[in-house]
Amino acid sequence: MSPRRRVWVFLAAMAGLAAFYLWGLAGLPGFGSYPGPYGYIINAIAVHQTNATGVVSAVNFEYRGFDTVGEEFILFVAATGTATVLRHLRGERERAPADEDRDAPPTSEAVRMTALILTGPTVVMGWYLASHAQTSPSGGFQGGVVLATGLILVYLAGRFLAFKRISSVDVTDAVEAMGAGGFAAVGIGAVAMGLAYLTNFLPLGTIPGAVSSSGTIALISFFVGVEVGAAFILIVSELLDQTLLLGPGSR
Amino acid sequence: MNPAHVAAVVTAYTVTPGLMDALQITILVLVAAAATAVVLIRAPARQVIALSVYGLLLAVLFLAFQAPDVTLSELTVGAVALPILLLLALAKVRRREK
Repeated sequence: MSPRRRVWVFLAAMAGLAAFYLWGLAGLPGFGSYPGPYGYIINAIAVHQTNATGVVSAVNFEYRGFDTVGEEFILFVAATGTATVLRHLRGERERAPADEDRDAPPTSEAVRMTALILTGPTVVMGWYLASHAQTSPSGGFQGGVVLATGLILVYLAGRFLAFKRISSVDVTDAVEAMGAGGFAAVGIGAVAMGLAYLTNFLPLGTIPGAVSSSGTIALISFFVGVEVGAAFILIVSELLDQTLLLGPGSR
Repeated sequence: MNPAHVAAVVTAYTVTPGLMDALQITILVLVAAAATAVVLIRAPARQVIALSVYGLLLAVLFLAFQAPDVTLSELTVGAVALPILLLLALAKVRRREK
């Protein structure tokens, strides 16, 4: 095909795409309009039903709790897969951590100091997010990632050995399994009491929006936080190990 | 509850609609600019930093569109977790190339 013809084919295709795209745009509902009834229903009843003022968490861990279990195990399997793929192979050995600065400039004092200062507040923030799903738009997922970020700051602060101790694969594996299993176990607890899977069987508390309110929503969010934090630390520390790993052929 | 009632609620935190529109348009333009920058930057390490900035802007976008929960997720994953993973992968690749 000559270049000239190719341009024509391209222009025709572009015109078709543009026409369909504009047609599709014209059919969209107006900006900010919400046609479905469920959002309004949930907004009207969620706080009364669950005593959780964080309605997004109430939806995630209660109304569609079963979906969230599935999502939880997606992350669990992803972390397990990462650990499996990045396992140490025969003939691979790890460089001593002391070698680390040999071919890279040392971490600047400013970075280490900032990381050191931020570690504490970040861990507190993560803990707060994971434990306040019932009262705020936070939740176990965000809290877990922030907790893991706090521990990665330990590494940035130049505490490589401390980070290795915290992120020992055996420990993070066990903690991750505990988080994922805890979520599933809360659901089975409801079944054991003769209720449907993941029914909220704990007392809901009397004050909507109190930290102690909302029954299993807070508990599940906590388990999710543990699971996500451990999974993320596991993935990062496996990748970090990889950067220190030498193949059979290298020096 | 019908949509008209929801829109009529005025609290101490209510922002005038015009101001909110301006904020939303501004942040949409910034996100589009950052996304273009991520595509145009060719050096991988710089691209990761641009991606992190893009994630941060996207988080602000979600906040401006009243989705604070998505803001928190985007902030942790888009601006922090993803760049860390990509930087570690880059470090591994570079070591192998050496």
